[in-house]
Amino acid sequence: MTMRKRSGAVLAGLAMAVTLLAVPAVATAADTPNPPADLKAFQKYFKDKFPKVKFEDFVNGPYSMDEGLYKQWKEKEEFPPYEFALDLGKELMAKPFKNGKTLADCFPNKGIGIRQDYPYFDTKQGKVITLELAVNQCLEANGEQPYSYVKDEMAAVTAYMAYTSRGKIFDVKIPDDPRALAAYENGKRYFYTRRGQLNFSCATCHVQSPGERIRAEVLAPALGILNAMPIYRSEWSGMGTISRRFTSCNSQVRSVPLKPQDEEYRDLEYYLSYVSNGLPISGPGARP
Amino acid sequence: MSRSISALAVTLLLGTFIVPAHAASTEADYKAAYAAAESANAEANKLRNQWTTAVSALAAAKKAAEEGDFDKATAEAKKSEQLSKAAIFQTNEQKENWKLIEIR
Repeated sequence: MTMRKRSGAVLAGLAMAVTLLAVPAVATAADTPNPPADLKAFQKYFKDKFPKVKFEDFVNGPYSMDEGLYKQWKEKEEFPPYEFALDLGKELMAKPFKNGKTLADCFPNKGIGIRQDYPYFDTKQGKVITLELAVNQCLEANGEQPYSYVKDEMAAVTAYMAYTSRGKIFDVKIPDDPRALAAYENGKRYFYTRRGQLNFSCATCHVQSPGERIRAEVLAPALGILNAMPIYRSEWSGMGTISRRFTSCNSQVRSVPLKPQDEEYRDLEYYLSYVSNGLPISGPGARP
Repeated sequence: MSRSISALAVTLLLGTFIVPAHAASTEADYKAAYAAAESANAEANKLRNQWTTAVSALAAAKKAAEEGDFDKATAEAKKSEQLSKAAIFQTNEQKENWKLIEIR
């Protein structure tokens, strides 16, 4: 081997070594949390998959995927099945506690038009605060019994707050706090992780199969899926909160649900809300 | 030689009648199977990914044992253990693999 050839071989070896070293570095870069890039990729995926659906229509879930359902829903909205919840929610927000304060007193602007700001990461408590958690924290701080997280009063109060926020744009922020980023990443991991005997993740239905039918139901896209919450579901014959939706999804794939407002569920809500930033609040919704 | 073969044939024939096709489970079999199922159930719960079917089978095992049906109780306990082990496998398998379907 001549000197030139030997130098060439050494250079090639070095180049290979550099390449091998560079591969893990690239993989690490891809794994580095980057919520704005996630949001961009997430929204692009749905826009590309459903080019005919207007961006703001994604908040209408299955109705944005199926023309027939969309027409039925428009007619249903003339006499919405969640109307009773709005009346109850309004009443509960103003009802005085034993100490004279009200639920409305715990929220900015008395709880009117603020749904789009939840969930948020509370740097003092070091955790994600959802609207449902904030309601129960308010009740407990004032010596009142907390509501059930899944329906009834909780659904009514959050329905009223969503209704007064309709059209406002989701604006969930991730503060410059490593715990907030960790919560976001934890929510993302939960969203994509397969679980239950059916081996489904949230994404199996709501990323890979929106618009498809699962038995008689049309699956909703994950983009904007929480903007319509809480919802009246015909299947439930009543109202249900985000907690109810998460726990029932888990049960449907034969996975033992976590407790409502478990840290993982709150982080999941944080992730899903963040990637739907820019879409309007449309809740409360009505679903088959 | 032929006598030995005959003896073997008789032994096999008798064996067919003496040993039932499926031995009945005893309470001890059930207790061993239930303990193994409970242990796997606890591990799946600890990983926060248990399957509803594993829990149902465990409850069905206990109910059958209370009714004295140890065949069913043992079978349900073994089923529960297998389902819990599958849930544990799924949890471990998904620790990194969830990233494969992430939208990037």
